Amino acid sequence: MLLISCPNCGSRDETEFHYGGQAHVPYPEVPSELNDREWSEYLFYRDNTKGTFAERWLHSTGCRQWFNMLRDTVTYDIQAIYPMGSARPDSAGAPTPDSGTASLAPDSTTTGTAAPDVTGTSISPATAPEGATK
Amino acid sequence: MANTAALEGINGLRDIRRSPASHLAPALEAGSIEGTVVLKEGPFQTMAGVRVDPGSEAGSRIASVVGGLPARCGEVGGTERASVLWLGPSEFLMVAPEEAHDSLGGDLIGSLVAALGDAPGQVVDLSANRTTFELTGPRARAVLEKGCALDLHPRTFTAGTALNTEVGFIPVILLKSGEESYRLFPRASFADFLGRWLLDAMREFASPEVP
Repeated sequence: MLLISCPNCGSRDETEFHYGGQAHVPYPEVPSELNDREWSEYLFYRDNTKGTFAERWLHSTGCRQWFNMLRDTVTYDIQAIYPMGSARPDSAGAPTPDSGTASLAPDSTTTGTAAPDVTGTSISPATAPEGATK
Repeated sequence: MANTAALEGINGLRDIRRSPASHLAPALEAGSIEGTVVLKEGPFQTMAGVRVDPGSEAGSRIASVVGGLPARCGEVGGTERASVLWLGPSEFLMVAPEEAHDSLGGDLIGSLVAALGDAPGQVVDLSANRTTFELTGPRARAVLEKGCALDLHPRTFTAGTALNTEVGFIPVILLKSGEESYRLFPRASFADFLGRWLLDAMREFASPEVP
């Protein structure tokens, strides 16, 4: 069970929250100019990061406010919680080069302008499925 | 809706209305253990949901109607006229006795609507939205701890605090009204479930304690 620290309410049980998917996916500036592929990529394609991931959460049975969270999808370590609309913070605990259990694949958090490359280790050039990365 | 009270002279709707857990009243009485933990459903109350930016001008107008808005999670503001529970940074729940409703001669909702004026926000009569359970007794905290992940120890959860949380898997506003007394505000449709859940949680305290 995760203990999530809501910016308004303090530490609460994971069951009080709802997951809102990947953060920092901007709405297209001119949606009408997108072709079907780009539109479907905006709607349905999200990163499937192994490691630090920026995501949205809603404190649904508490203050009902949204916030962003940097979470490690492997260890579930919550690295940062920051308000909606602000840029992704530099992950303070930038993952050290993987040793052991974590993935050797490059971090695929490349969508959005505010997402820095946090791993910097790109050992195996894994071929991501077309459309999964921009 | 408490609005129906205005129709009392017409067909007595106020006399025939039933609270959401009224059908549990005999079970609540049978399941309560006097001196250990007692559960009963509270009376009808007037409730108003208010959404307003507390820092705005309308926010201070509304604060002056009820006697202050709570500033942060857990705080309860207001006066004897109405308690104000913090639900979110710009969301509050006013809880007042039934007589405060406009249809019974009070003016709580009308004065809130007037205080909000044309400013962005809302005032909604939620009197029928939630019911009230009153859980009292030295074992009340032990009962709640079976289904609430919050730290209910008195060092952190003090009397006069209200938190929006989950009890028994359902969303509930939990108000600590005294050292050993709690009020739970579940939505009406959850009243039956929560009443039975609490009765089940209370059952062990009816038996003598096994050393």
